Amino acid sequence: MERKTVVVVGHGMVGHRFVEALRSRDEAGVWQVIVLSEEKLAAYDRVGLSSYVGIWETSALALPGNDYEGDDLVQVRLGVRADSIDKAARKVTTSTGDVIGYDALVLATGSYAWVPPVPGADTEGCFVYRTLEDLDGIRATAEAAGPGAVGVVVGGGLLGLEAANALRLLGMTPHVIEYNNWLMPAQVDEGGGAILEKLVTELGLAVHTGVGTSSVEADAAAPLAEKLTVKLSDDSELRAALVVFAAGVRPRDEIAKTAGIEVGPRGGVITDLGLRTSDPSIYAIGEVAAVEGVCYGLVAPGYSTAEVVADRLLGGEGEFPGADMSTKLKLLGVDVASFGDAHAKTEGALSVVLHDAAKGTYAKLVVSDDAQTLLGGILVGDATQYSALRPLVGRPLPADPAALISPAGAELGADALPDDAQICSCNNVSKGSICGAIADGACDVPAIKSCTNAGTSCGGCVPMLKKLLEQSGVEVSKSLCEHFSQSRAELFHIIQSTGIRTFSGLIAKYGKGTGCDICKPTVASILASTSSDHILDGEQASLQDTNDHFLANLQKNGTYSVVPRMPGGEVTADQLITIGEIAKEFDLYVKVTGGQRIDLFGARVEQLPLIWKRLVDVGMESGHAYGKSLRTVKSCVGSTWCRYGQQDSVGMAVLLERRYRGLRSPHKLKLAVSGCARECAEARGKDVGVIATENGWNLYVGGNGGLTPKHAVLLAGELDDETLISYIDRYLMFYIRTADRLQRTAPWQEALEGGIDYLKAVVCDDSLGIAADLEAAMAKHVDGYKDEWAAVLEDEGKLSRFVSFVNAPEESDPTIGFDESGERKVPVLLGIPELPVSASQATEPATHGK
Amino acid sequence: MTVIDTPGTAVTTTSGWTQACRQDYLIPGRGVAVLLKGGRQAALFLTTDGTLFAVGNIDPFGRAAVMSRGLVGDRGGVPVVASPLLKQAFSLIDGRCLDDDTISLPVYAVRTADGVVSVSNDPVQFVGGTA
Repeated sequence: MERKTVVVVGHGMVGHRFVEALRSRDEAGVWQVIVLSEEKLAAYDRVGLSSYVGIWETSALALPGNDYEGDDLVQVRLGVRADSIDKAARKVTTSTGDVIGYDALVLATGSYAWVPPVPGADTEGCFVYRTLEDLDGIRATAEAAGPGAVGVVVGGGLLGLEAANALRLLGMTPHVIEYNNWLMPAQVDEGGGAILEKLVTELGLAVHTGVGTSSVEADAAAPLAEKLTVKLSDDSELRAALVVFAAGVRPRDEIAKTAGIEVGPRGGVITDLGLRTSDPSIYAIGEVAAVEGVCYGLVAPGYSTAEVVADRLLGGEGEFPGADMSTKLKLLGVDVASFGDAHAKTEGALSVVLHDAAKGTYAKLVVSDDAQTLLGGILVGDATQYSALRPLVGRPLPADPAALISPAGAELGADALPDDAQICSCNNVSKGSICGAIADGACDVPAIKSCTNAGTSCGGCVPMLKKLLEQSGVEVSKSLCEHFSQSRAELFHIIQSTGIRTFSGLIAKYGKGTGCDICKPTVASILASTSSDHILDGEQASLQDTNDHFLANLQKNGTYSVVPRMPGGEVTADQLITIGEIAKEFDLYVKVTGGQRIDLFGARVEQLPLIWKRLVDVGMESGHAYGKSLRTVKSCVGSTWCRYGQQDSVGMAVLLERRYRGLRSPHKLKLAVSGCARECAEARGKDVGVIATENGWNLYVGGNGGLTPKHAVLLAGELDDETLISYIDRYLMFYIRTADRLQRTAPWQEALEGGIDYLKAVVCDDSLGIAADLEAAMAKHVDGYKDEWAAVLEDEGKLSRFVSFVNAPEESDPTIGFDESGERKVPVLLGIPELPVSASQATEPATHGK
Repeated sequence: MTVIDTPGTAVTTTSGWTQACRQDYLIPGRGVAVLLKGGRQAALFLTTDGTLFAVGNIDPFGRAAVMSRGLVGDRGGVPVVASPLLKQAFSLIDGRCLDDDTISLPVYAVRTADGVVSVSNDPVQFVGGTA
């Protein structure tokens, strides 16, 4: 067999994909491949370019398999450019003077960064955002200028915002200049652009829209940080350390042009659907290709072109299938998604927009003129619905469009999708092929990934894969996390029956690794539910979530809030005065909570014990208004004062709150007691709700607020005090022992086989014969309860942990700040995260200590 | 064939140290915040296998100085701390955020002498790359 040669010009993502595709299909070895790469690095993940910032290690971006090790039929020549093509002789001449004959030539030269014709755009300190080398240059300039220096990005599209984020990570203050009236004009509309601008501005970017860049001038005398003056079309000026042009890309088609291959009027090598250029032995793929005149600037269509050419070289008849230009991104941590006819260009198209400026979200659906068919959409700020909506493009809407994007609206089930709906747009995988893989035995997401490729690129469709798994009846793993294959309920049983009392003992015998923020608090909660040890004793201290660790509620700026316990909402005048004094003395923001308590915000770690001490002195404790434990028992005024009250609801609420305080559970617990059927305590919205009747108490269970509110259902009626309490004991302890992690009471009792009737049998009729055991466990908790905050005050060792800095216990954290200029005191967050300094400041060798 | 030189990761030098506390004060699996000379803040951790790590104390997502209060564990064997604010996990080895690879924490060097733990005043640099 005579071997043929294909020369690939360019080793980017698409060039690499082509080589892989060809080599994996060309089993007979018909083709030998020579790749010419102008860059000194083999193919790397250019889409992930920004992740180079902070790592500064090129190997982290290398594409897997880009060295073709062990494959004698592939030769990569790095740092070698193709200079010219002789079509007639079928030869390429390289920058090193080599002349390579070919049977087929594949142009994969990609794009270059386009720099708008701005006077001074070539001044030193001006960059483009395209290669790792560009990033190295930007980094050196940013570091020389020092932290906080201004960096101007010309271009407010996708690439511009990425570049701005890179500057932010380098400690600069980025300014983004966008000629259009809003950011990312190609993907989102004006409303979405406005929300995007608000969100990125909050992250520390300055945004200038609707202005052009007029010139860049260097001032030799100015300090590095202000070396450049950037003039804008509105006559304003910015002093900057550097300018990054990220205004777009253009196909690198000059080698084709010189060789007399047809190129499009706006650039790009013209090809047919088989990616063949005007010369039949020359193909173009990726961003340099203008397929039937259209250039595609995304990697997914680029990959398709690579696959088609690999197929063609082996005699196939593959054709470019067209491209889905949908995009979903997380830019600077802000979700942006755009799919289908996002700009409503279809005739008669209607738009439904949900614009929540307060929450910072924007959602738009574009539908056909009869509002029956989904055409496209835009999501900014929250793109969780993307994976469910995008496959529906061109199909009938399963629900009212407004409901689909409303936060309280319909959740799109996977069953709403037809089999040919595309679930993974990156790799073009349909719902049918995923369901087929599941039917063939793929029983988790990794298995689906490996046999269908779905979910392997951007990962946006993974939630949908999970839904499809669940819908197919595959039992989705109940394992708690990567460290424990057991569910929470199973771990509870293990701890209960083995007597293991430490996390290290448990993970050594029943788990693996060192744990995480999922399993540690779960085990801490189980240990707390099964003993009366102080939650900060011994090894348990290292398992607690920060709220439990500091026995207060962490707020967004690192301060805590304290909610003094007021059982049933009762409080004495002296206690109320003390709360007021504490608020005044520590300058705390005060708010009455939804659960009849008073919340004191803004306490620094080191102030917590001082506050607790003041509370202890007037007979109060700091309530468990945090963590997964009993929060409050709310009550109405009851028979002692109310004209309608039928029982003493306050007395019962106080009794219940004292009984269950400190009880750790799979999710937070709230109770309420109403003195009559008027239900002023809203007891049926609580996990346990008690409502008085003439003849005693009605007990309701499983009411929840949250995302999917549920009313509690009647468990038993007309109970006396004693029976009521024993039933609540049993109910709560049964829940604590058998629920999953973070499973609220409502979904827990719904999931029990037999539902509420089964629960009635267990709790009221003791059908399992465990009632005495459940009550005994609760009695143990009640007897063992101690004031957790007072216990810290009495323990020097625990107390010493309540400082901002271990080495400077007297210092307060200087980064905590508040804005007190408005009506209410609000926390002020830090501007820019702290950043690495340059290596030049270093003086002494260092290693991680052992 | 091999076309890329994979550079080794070496730690460069730093400008001075701040004493944090005695090592036996640290609770394995728990962190403390250290105020460094020069004003930066580090979150210092002792893991259950006895290794010390220090990373920046400021959560780059939440922009509050709270990393020292996060839970320590591992993800796929990589020692991590999860931010107490929104739970993103950061590698204790190189500071990288495992949930968003565009974000990372600075990493500080740690050393012990006579039972006292010190943290470098400036973050360390991981030098590498072929350029």
